[in-house]
Amino acid sequence: MTLISYRQALHDTLRSEMHRDDRVFLIGEEIGLFEGSYKITAGLLAEFGPRRVRDTPIAEEGFTGAAIGAAMLGLRPVVEIMTINFSLLALDQIVNHAAKIYGMFGGQARVPMVIRTPGGGGQQLGATHSQNIELYYAFVPGMKVVAPSTPADAKALMLAAVRDDDPVLVLENLALYNTKGEVPDEDLPADIGTAAVTREGADITVVAYSRMAAVALRAAEELAATDGIDVEVVDLRSLRPLDRETVIASVRKTNCAVVLEDDWLTYGIGAEVAASISDGAFDWLDAPVRRVAMAEVPLPYSKPLETAALPSTDDAITAIRQTLDAVARRR
Amino acid sequence: MIDILMPRLSDTMEEGVISSWHKSPGDRVNAGQILAEIETDKAIMEFEAYQDGTLAEILVPAGSAAPIGSPIARLDDGIGGPAARPGDRPADESSRAAETGRLVATPLVRRLAREHGIDLTTVTGTGPGGRIVRADIEDALRASPSTDTSPPAPSPAEPDSDPASTRMPFDAVRHALASRLTQSATTTPTFTATASADVEALLSLRARLNEALDAAGSGKVTVNDLVVRAVALALRVHPGINASYSPAGRGETVLHSRVHVGIAVSSPSGLMVPVIRDADRTPVSTIAARARDLAGRAADRSLTPADMADGTFTVSNLGMFGVEQFTAIINPPQGAILAVGAATDVLGSPDAPARPRMRYTLTADHRIIDGALAGQFLATLTGLLENPLSVIA
Repeated sequence: MTLISYRQALHDTLRSEMHRDDRVFLIGEEIGLFEGSYKITAGLLAEFGPRRVRDTPIAEEGFTGAAIGAAMLGLRPVVEIMTINFSLLALDQIVNHAAKIYGMFGGQARVPMVIRTPGGGGQQLGATHSQNIELYYAFVPGMKVVAPSTPADAKALMLAAVRDDDPVLVLENLALYNTKGEVPDEDLPADIGTAAVTREGADITVVAYSRMAAVALRAAEELAATDGIDVEVVDLRSLRPLDRETVIASVRKTNCAVVLEDDWLTYGIGAEVAASISDGAFDWLDAPVRRVAMAEVPLPYSKPLETAALPSTDDAITAIRQTLDAVARRR
Repeated sequence: MIDILMPRLSDTMEEGVISSWHKSPGDRVNAGQILAEIETDKAIMEFEAYQDGTLAEILVPAGSAAPIGSPIARLDDGIGGPAARPGDRPADESSRAAETGRLVATPLVRRLAREHGIDLTTVTGTGPGGRIVRADIEDALRASPSTDTSPPAPSPAEPDSDPASTRMPFDAVRHALASRLTQSATTTPTFTATASADVEALLSLRARLNEALDAAGSGKVTVNDLVVRAVALALRVHPGINASYSPAGRGETVLHSRVHVGIAVSSPSGLMVPVIRDADRTPVSTIAARARDLAGRAADRSLTPADMADGTFTVSNLGMFGVEQFTAIINPPQGAILAVGAATDVLGSPDAPARPRMRYTLTADHRIIDGALAGQFLATLTGLLENPLSVIA
């Protein structure tokens, strides 16, 4: 095990996968000479040369489409889209090509492509550069979407994504890049579509992914210390496929749940999770499932307004307490 | 519009008294602000608002009481319009229960009620809007370990409509007595077993004891004092009778390390059960002195809670009224009670004289005491009563 940052884990995993398999190459804006806007690809152009680390024009639809073609013909491209906001320009390539080709053409070609892209607000980047729109891709059959919340998962899920034969979007997060954690030295790819119980508890289930999975653990520790509440945290890790079984098993144990998400509430990931809980654990529910999400506004630039609009640890704690009040278990 | 309900602030609370309101109708209320102070059976506690809104109406004024789960005020949260009143179509899920009378219970509660035969119409919901949550049926779940489809008890009818009848409202003692005995009689599965002893030797021993005590200027020993002592010794031999049922876990039998025998005495307020502590280690003359003191203080209402605490078994004796045999109701949380009748002459064979026999009936909590154990206890007790020297030894 080594204590490294989420950023370093992504960098090291890409580098080792490029050494392991020479079909793996990187493509995207400013990833070569500039070494990536968030420095995930630092040093890789120098090490692997311009054939394996391709700087592109500012043309997301074009380089995503080029990567799809390369994948169909046997390479294993890893596309960096500088932030998930810019993926909207490649939406047609991702939704109508990457996700559809295998099914529409009778399995003649697979698309073993990775799209790496960070989401998340809180950096004062304004409404168009601060969104959490992973839902757009998790919505589409044919895509896989994973969302690591720790350095160890950044490695395990990136390994699984690069080695998967279908298009996988790896949702990174701006606020997680500098977080540190223990990462196994050996290569242990995650099982895409498997959630993790990252903290066992008896009183209430908190379901989250990406940054909010880290928030969930912080809220759990604080509530354990202040209120003696025993929170179970389920980190989804994969938004498609969605591991409903792990969520349902947890709620059947605790009888109540709160879902945390960084995206908007209405039609969000939390709505899908809440509906899944209702389907699979209805007769075990002692309170309605609560959701904590971002305010339903384009994210403001002003720091106080931005902070107020994003879901916080305190918001999570309040929702957990309110839910436990509703089942009369916090007196 | 949201109904604010009387919260459950302690485990034993059944109703609360509003000591004071911190907000008046029309005041803005934020979640977390103190709405009122509520006096429970234990303490005065602050009651916080759970939601933001405007206090629309106070339903229970300061100084008045309300049961858990009943509305004490209404909060206008901006949903459903400020003019919403009972009967209006509710706009908010959380106010449904109180406004429409529809039974609101969580899916978990509905499933458990189905599986355990719990009638939810008899349960008070303490969740939002009076919703029945799992915590509200814990007691019922404990009392009903398996599926039980027995019909609910009929609601008590108005006993008498004759206007000439005298009605005597219960005082606190009678109220406590009534609820404890109702709880015991309705929630404890009991059985009874009767035995009898030839007490000629016991009565003659008592006569000789009292002659000696009289000569020494001490108070006399009653038959019941000897019975209490004999019962205490028998309980020491059979600790399974000196026991209580506990619902902890899957249920447990709690064997008490000490033998504290309660004696049922009548008082102006009704039945009282003061306790002879460590009766198995106390001489009969001391038991007699304590029993006399306790009966006297029951008569002048000066018994303290400490005098009546910690009993592990109770002896009730109606022999002095000539009652030959009766059954008693267990005094919870004890596991059993002995109902002692009068010593009456029983004819032996035609050539033998009549001899006094005394009958006693054990009522036992069958969850922790089986018939065989009850029989063994009664046999030990009979042996002691028929060999009274072992009682005073």
